[in-house]
Amino acid sequence: MAQDHASKQYDLDLGSIRSRVLAMGGLVESQIRRAIDALASGEVAAADEVIASDHKVNAMEVEIDGDCSQLIVRRQPAAGDLRMIFAIMKTVTDLERIGDEAQKIARMAKNIHERGAAQAPPLVEVRHAAEAAISMLRRTLDCFARLDADGAAEVIRDDAGVDHEFRAILRQLITYMMEDPRTISTALEIVWIAKAIERIGDHAKNMSEYVIYIVKGTDVRHTKVRP
Amino acid sequence: MVKAEAKSLSFYYGDYRALKDISMVVHERKVTALIGPSGCGKSTFLRCFNRMHDLYPGNRYEGEIVLQPDNANLLARDIDPIEVRMRIGMVFQKPNPFPKSVFENVAYGLRVRGESSRRRIEEKVEQALQDAALWNEVKDRLHQPAYNLSGGQQQRLCIARALATDPELLLFDEPTSALDPIATSSIEELMHDLKERITILIVTHNMQQAARVSDFTAYMYLGDLIEFGVTDELFIKPKMKQTEDYITGRFG
Repeated sequence: MAQDHASKQYDLDLGSIRSRVLAMGGLVESQIRRAIDALASGEVAAADEVIASDHKVNAMEVEIDGDCSQLIVRRQPAAGDLRMIFAIMKTVTDLERIGDEAQKIARMAKNIHERGAAQAPPLVEVRHAAEAAISMLRRTLDCFARLDADGAAEVIRDDAGVDHEFRAILRQLITYMMEDPRTISTALEIVWIAKAIERIGDHAKNMSEYVIYIVKGTDVRHTKVRP
Repeated sequence: MVKAEAKSLSFYYGDYRALKDISMVVHERKVTALIGPSGCGKSTFLRCFNRMHDLYPGNRYEGEIVLQPDNANLLARDIDPIEVRMRIGMVFQKPNPFPKSVFENVAYGLRVRGESSRRRIEEKVEQALQDAALWNEVKDRLHQPAYNLSGGQQQRLCIARALATDPELLLFDEPTSALDPIATSSIEELMHDLKERITILIVTHNMQQAARVSDFTAYMYLGDLIEFGVTDELFIKPKMKQTEDYITGRFG
């Protein structure tokens, strides 16, 4: 997509949509980060802020979708442009879901700390898994910005790592719950958090699949063979 | 199944080489669209198929266009262009009915062919008008001048005229560029129905039209065939960067 369209306005419209996808990605990334921080620090106000900001993410999804429909109607995009718009419409859905997961994490963090963290199992692994998922998200946004199919393929491969972390956290929590049933309520909430993190990894992986579709035109979803 | 095939086809307007070594197949009972910017040679290519260029001195073909099933080279010197045009019909950009009645427009080709049975001509005319989706609109005014019809109706009349002689291949040279969207839709719909029995080759400036009506698309530029492929693939994932630039509006 190096060369410009004969229509300047087309370039501007497409460029504006792309940069807003990146802005939405940035917002979503900071939402996860703040939710995880609230979980570690126990600052309920910070968790509340994440919960309250989710509507911004939702609004961006609606706005970008609307602009994509408008661009389709006005420009009838073809080839690389068509794949770009198609991928953006799917990407914002995943970003919005990631926003929901961040909100979920914030809610659980709030529950845990309001209850009093006395019997809480340690959260080091959760933090670790969250870092891995955030890294996937950040890199997939980067690949989207640079149209880097190789980098996207790497993100897709990394999803297995986050899935693995999730199972490890689960095993550890089961041990805690068996040893001390007083930890069960909190442990269950951590399970939900870990699940949310695992889902964030899945969404980042989806987004990387769309990047490959934009660049190469091949649909690698639901395939075993990795690009 | 291949209906026609251009083999290393070059075409010269005097010294100017308008088509450069084009090799391409036209699949039977499919719609094949030729797209490309003005001057790319798409209309020149289309006109080779019914030897339209023979009408002007100094024009010269090289290579072959082979028509199936009889494997005949349309460009061979011993082939009569009139014969070619009997088998390959043409519809132009602007409707060009003859200054005759609706009926006589369609009957014309049959009479030229020597058909003299009034009953057979009537049958054929009705059939052709039916096939061109025009019959219901004109059946009560068959003997009025064709010029009284609307632009879209005139274009369908020209299609009926082409269909009356049972062509195997129908050439459309920007058939809807002078028509409004409704008339355009009816012509596109008609192409869809016609391809059940007839092979269609269409030149169009409208890429969306090519995407809508065709099964195969060829992109041409400055007399070269740049890319030929299944329409859906060419419009979603073209192989050549030049094609991509053209269909996404990054041209020039």
